[in-house]
Amino acid sequence: MAHVALADKGQELSHPHSWITQYVWSQDHKVIGIQYMVVATLVGLLALVMSGMMRLQLGFPGTFTLIEPNEYYQFVTMHGMIMVVFMLTAFFLGGFGNILIPLMCGARDMVFPYMNMLSFWVYLLSVIILVASLFVPGGATGAGWTLYPPQAITPGTPGADWGILLMLISLAVFIVAFTMGGLNYLTTALQARTRGMTLMRLPLSVWGIVMATILGLLAFPALFVAAIMMTLDNVLGTSFFMPAVNILGEQLEHDGGSPILFQHLFWFFGHPEVYIVALPMFGIASDLISTHARKNIFGYRMMVWAIVAIGGLSFVVWAHHMYVSGMNPYFGFLFATTTLIIAVPTALKVYNWVLTLWEGDIHLNVPMLFAIGFIFTFIHGGITGLFLGNVAVDVPLSDTYFVIGHFHMVMGVSPFLVVFGGLYHWYPKLTGRMMNVTLGKIHFWLTFLGTYAIYLPMHYIGILGVPRRYYANGVTDFMPESVATINSSITIAALIVGGAQFIFIYNLIASLFKEKDAGGNPWNATTLEWQTPDTPPKHGNWDDELPVVYRWAYAYSVPGADKDFIPQNEPPSDKTGKE
Amino acid sequence: MAIAIVIILLVIGSVIFHLMSPWYFTEIASNWGIIDDTVSITFWVTGIVFIIANLFMAYAIIKYRHRKGHKAKYEPENKKLETWLTVVTTIGVVAMLAPGLLAWGKFVDVPEDAHIVEVVGQQWQWSFRYPGEDGQLGTVDARNISIDNPFGMNPDDPLGQDDIVIDTNEFRLPIDQPVKLLVRSKDVLHNFTVPQFRVKMDLVPGMVPYLWLTPTRTGTFDILCEELCGIAHHAMRGKVIVEEEKDFNAWLAAQPTYSQLRAQNYKGDAVAGQALYQTCSACHGVNGEGNQATNSPKLTGQEDWYLKRQLHYFKTGVRGTAENDVFGKQMAPMVAVLPNEKAISDVIAYITSLPDNPAPHTVDGDIDSGEGIYLTCEKCHGKNGEGNWSLRAPRVAGMSDWYMVTQLKNFRHGARGAHPDDSTGYQMTSMVLSLTEKKVNDVVAYMNTFE
Repeated sequence: MAHVALADKGQELSHPHSWITQYVWSQDHKVIGIQYMVVATLVGLLALVMSGMMRLQLGFPGTFTLIEPNEYYQFVTMHGMIMVVFMLTAFFLGGFGNILIPLMCGARDMVFPYMNMLSFWVYLLSVIILVASLFVPGGATGAGWTLYPPQAITPGTPGADWGILLMLISLAVFIVAFTMGGLNYLTTALQARTRGMTLMRLPLSVWGIVMATILGLLAFPALFVAAIMMTLDNVLGTSFFMPAVNILGEQLEHDGGSPILFQHLFWFFGHPEVYIVALPMFGIASDLISTHARKNIFGYRMMVWAIVAIGGLSFVVWAHHMYVSGMNPYFGFLFATTTLIIAVPTALKVYNWVLTLWEGDIHLNVPMLFAIGFIFTFIHGGITGLFLGNVAVDVPLSDTYFVIGHFHMVMGVSPFLVVFGGLYHWYPKLTGRMMNVTLGKIHFWLTFLGTYAIYLPMHYIGILGVPRRYYANGVTDFMPESVATINSSITIAALIVGGAQFIFIYNLIASLFKEKDAGGNPWNATTLEWQTPDTPPKHGNWDDELPVVYRWAYAYSVPGADKDFIPQNEPPSDKTGKE
Repeated sequence: MAIAIVIILLVIGSVIFHLMSPWYFTEIASNWGIIDDTVSITFWVTGIVFIIANLFMAYAIIKYRHRKGHKAKYEPENKKLETWLTVVTTIGVVAMLAPGLLAWGKFVDVPEDAHIVEVVGQQWQWSFRYPGEDGQLGTVDARNISIDNPFGMNPDDPLGQDDIVIDTNEFRLPIDQPVKLLVRSKDVLHNFTVPQFRVKMDLVPGMVPYLWLTPTRTGTFDILCEELCGIAHHAMRGKVIVEEEKDFNAWLAAQPTYSQLRAQNYKGDAVAGQALYQTCSACHGVNGEGNQATNSPKLTGQEDWYLKRQLHYFKTGVRGTAENDVFGKQMAPMVAVLPNEKAISDVIAYITSLPDNPAPHTVDGDIDSGEGIYLTCEKCHGKNGEGNWSLRAPRVAGMSDWYMVTQLKNFRHGARGAHPDDSTGYQMTSMVLSLTEKKVNDVVAYMNTFE
């Protein structure tokens, strides 16, 4: 049959000759994946520190005198943009995507290794440009991660001189990097699967990452265009997004542009972006749950179709971010309906995870703790989405702390728990060592319980009406003293959670030297990455022969088999019956 | 096992938290109770899902946790169960969506008898406009905006002549009458929010969105901006007073129309002001140069509209009444020499005619650190400390530096800006929260570098 990998036998592999080509200018998808993960982690830590500074201001205004309003709004912006784009998107697609797709598909590498390498270095460039914006005159932009004009490019906002320009350039460069990587992920998954690896035998991790890549390839251009147009408005004085305005008492030259047009473009990217993070999270969580519950993922075909349906629907819901934006209010009917329809396939995914646990043989390993924690936080973040998606319910909650609580649960805590779970899970394959279990459990409990202590109360002060993006709440007629008290306690929880991440970083490094050898397949998993001849897998991943796949990815606890798992590449025997 | 127990406890804890939470909707003050009802329905539906899904998961973890000899069941699919779950979920979604869409249907359908009020936003202030007797608002244009025409009114539009323009952050609504609020921005996006009204809407430059409501409770409510609008977003506050119709009508009748305001544009008489200034000169100096020994700041070079506002504040007790504002309390009785509006205008006309020399530098601080701090200040007070009428921000360049140190400390410690009618002072209090004594000296030392 036609499933012939491009990098099949008979082709000479050109192995790297020096340390530089092996680890720096590397074309090996695993090294590139780790490079992505390291850079995303570093820039993510920067965003974490910024959130700590913001929390100190909000929790103890006037006591910790670390930041002025200028820095506060800059940190609000940088924290959001870094976490969504430069950390989570880069980590899931550039990191896990790079490492998992070729291994799970049974390929030797990405189909365009050189472009894959370029993708990472261009991504690094975008991060450098972004971080550089902190040091230009006036500092980074403080326009909020949504960068709404006219505010983003007018002088009442921090960083309106240089910061916003560097932010827009950085995003454009990131999109170039993502496109080079994304074309690779998609082509590899479609064209370089090994013999027998049909689409419906792929692990859900690959499904999630590939669908997210398709969303990215379709959605990022909208942001790219918006960034270019805003740059033109800013630098050349065009009026794509700028109507006639009087800023700080001065009449600007612009005329006739539409601020709402930018919002449509931004959210046409921005909503699929949520699923660019969410779909890999769904996929990886599914694989963690199935492996550690020793049970096939429940309803695999429905899980695949749910990923595809959610991906498709994610392109027709964007204006639910704009119910009170001043757009024609009749849009509210349409977008509320499409948004709530998404809840159905999403809920089915949750049911299927829980039903995978049912009648399983649940090993509460560290990756499984994170996966279970993820189910809890995702249920929480998902149902609060039903408030905000339903137009009439959204109106009082829009732009309050309810929104902050919701999206941090659903696309902050949930994906991070999966990132952590995934790292504890695949670290043995990437390094050959297990991670320290005690430190892993401490990390889990502090993160899981700490984040709930942060975000649960935020929903309620949001219902009360406490607005988001405020340097200080000031004096109001409706906020009781208890709002200040809960803000202090949220800050303390946030600092604990922040500190716990350094335990994780320590564990990542120390386990390299201290922990025991993992062997090739410590979790007794079925998927191909665990069946490589070497651990860590060498350049080219496989020996002379590529693996041949005989069954789906979830052959756990198959009746009649002598082990509770059958690797995808194990030839059928009488005992294992079908396939 | 621990994880299952923790999840059960988190579910119980969340329900208790929900029931005991001191934070929930404020008491409603509009007709939008249907929104609160829809939120309640959503809480019920999602709450049930939250409880059942998590408890089922915890039960599964306990029941099927790994034990020796235990083996999982192999069950790839269960069509019947999956169909059943899809149907139940769809019903739940419809139960939330239907009332939500019904409520929204009311929102898009503005009652025909709704009266009109325009809410105007700019960086970081609110103002308001009523259509006057003809019931129609005059046309406006951002290009008309100037210090004498802050609303950007079209001076030739007959419809606008009787418009009632309220250039403060407070407006009023009659109870039980539907009102359509047209929200207009002069500069960037803002959002008109009164939590007790439930409904909110963005102000978008270049267009005029709207919202409508019927106030159902008298009282004074805070207006907040809920769309990030720049560095003082959190300090953009206003008030709406809902009152009985006759009180509202009396108040409205007392407000000047646009044409009346244009007619009364008295600029002050410096000659008359000179006589009045004699009292001031004892402390502020014959040339308004200020005198640190008497704690009197330099006056010359300051913007006239700022001096006017402060004199009003001293006269009406908005300033100079706070317990810990020692020097302000000395100033308060002195303004008795200015009996009326004309006297205030005259004395200011005289002060602004005096020669302006930069005040001497008396404050030491780290200029580099001050430059970083001033990034926050410059958005209103200007890159060179020149001040800005549109933002109601006074000039700081070349003014008495020791005085600015005192005032920044006063703002931080509530000696200034805490009075409910001091809306600009309030803004300062929420910008200076992190200004320690050292930072105050640093930023003032940096302001001394302005030419």
